Amino acid sequence: MVLVQLTAALLAFSGIAGLYMVLSGDGHYFDVGRFLTQTSPYSWGFIGIGLCTGLSVIGAAWGIYITGTSILGAGVRASRITTKNLISIIFCEVVGIYGLIMSIVFTSKLSAVSGPELYSKSNFFTGYSLFWGGLTVGLCNLACGVAVGVSGSSAALADALDPSLFVKILIIEIFGSILGLFGLIIGLLVTSKAADFS
Amino acid sequence: MEALFCQDINFVEGLVRGYRSALLTSITYQNLTQCETLEDLKLQLSATEYGNFLANVPSPLTSSTIAAKANERLVSDFKFIRQNAVEPLSTFLDYVTYPYMIDNVILLITGTLHDRDLNDLLERCHPLGLFETMPALCVATSVSELYDSVLVETPLAPYFKDCLDADDLDELNIEIIRNTLYRSWLEDFNKFVEKIGGPTRELMSDILGFEADRRAITVTVNSFDTELSKEDRQKLYPKLGQLYPEGSFALGQADDIEGVKGAVAGIEAYAAMFDQLTSATAGDNSLDDHFFEHEAKLNKRAFLQQFHCAVVYAWLRLREQEVRNITWIAECIAQNQRDRIGKFAAVL
Repeated sequence: MVLVQLTAALLAFSGIAGLYMVLSGDGHYFDVGRFLTQTSPYSWGFIGIGLCTGLSVIGAAWGIYITGTSILGAGVRASRITTKNLISIIFCEVVGIYGLIMSIVFTSKLSAVSGPELYSKSNFFTGYSLFWGGLTVGLCNLACGVAVGVSGSSAALADALDPSLFVKILIIEIFGSILGLFGLIIGLLVTSKAADFS
Repeated sequence: MEALFCQDINFVEGLVRGYRSALLTSITYQNLTQCETLEDLKLQLSATEYGNFLANVPSPLTSSTIAAKANERLVSDFKFIRQNAVEPLSTFLDYVTYPYMIDNVILLITGTLHDRDLNDLLERCHPLGLFETMPALCVATSVSELYDSVLVETPLAPYFKDCLDADDLDELNIEIIRNTLYRSWLEDFNKFVEKIGGPTRELMSDILGFEADRRAITVTVNSFDTELSKEDRQKLYPKLGQLYPEGSFALGQADDIEGVKGAVAGIEAYAAMFDQLTSATAGDNSLDDHFFEHEAKLNKRAFLQQFHCAVVYAWLRLREQEVRNITWIAECIAQNQRDRIGKFAAVL
């Protein structure tokens, strides 16, 4: 419901802005080419780095709270599960670390360039690759963290009931945490050919 | 999607699943049915989750003491869960306590009409349904006066709007009031559960629908030799469940058990129950026993899904069934009727 209202508001706003521009003779300002060639590659790069860490951390935190609450609840009666099920929390945490590592790798490509040399083709390539690489890593880690969290919660409840089930559900969690690695690999590949800003 | 936003109910769900793993198994029930005396029963129960719940009870152990102590355990577990619950689970659990409140209110009104002692009545009230202004219910003259003075501040207030016109409080009217309140509660709870959505809605609407059907059938069967008119009876049927609307209309026209059987013939589960009732082996299981079994089956299903509120409701009902089973076994042992001792609905 809220999503529908938000989309409607956004459409209304952009519709009014667009109409205003067209009707007041400034319609030529809406120019995708101008947007792409005049936006600083720095903004693309930094937004990418921010999204990488930010989304990864959101995924890790989401997974931890889903699994952590279940471990606490099930651990009231079956306190033996609390130590073993920390593995689920560790898997979720690792997702956040992937994001951190990738952001550090991305920041190594940053350096200060002033004047019009900033808008060279190589710098645009670097800016775009940092943005999309960071977005890829962030979204993959978000999905991975949530997946590991949900399966970790089920693992805790199953372990509390019957200890032999834990290892079997852990295998499901391992498959889930591979998703974060996918993002890591692609993020590295995407930014490997990008030269530093110069 | 409910798995992603489950942070509020996960802890309570873990607790409840822990409680549910402590329900008595069939092996324990076998041991219990083989006990010779109530002291043996106490010994067997002390090896289970119940532990020393009968430790401070004076020597001649009765089955009603066992039932009372087991209920105390149930109530303290439920209160612990209720303390740890936040929205929407806390409203859900409040809804779960309303039927006990209804029973307490009716108990107090009936008791007052028969001039029983106030403290005696308050002791017999179910602890899950207590509310603050309960002793004031004992000035029972008419429903509207009770409503204005006491009941309007309780959570049961919106359920009274259909029975404020019952002037004199005689036996029949009190039963009508009880059933009207229960019907309003069922419909309200169903609406609340529909609003929550997700697996809570799926599971609870099945469970509440069965409860509505069971009420409709029980009211019909119990009203056959009374002065309850057919229109009044029709008003007591809840507007939910598999029997609504065609089945409950047919139930409203029924005059005897054959009519009831015809009315429920459309629904396989109930038709099978009535077939077993009127078949050659009649007398083994009454209608109530069949209903308990079916209810236990529906409640066990709730534990197959995660991240919903219905586990708490299901656990509460299964635990109540367990207490009923223990009471049944204790009664059979005490009265030495060992041939019927195995006749209880399995819970696990």
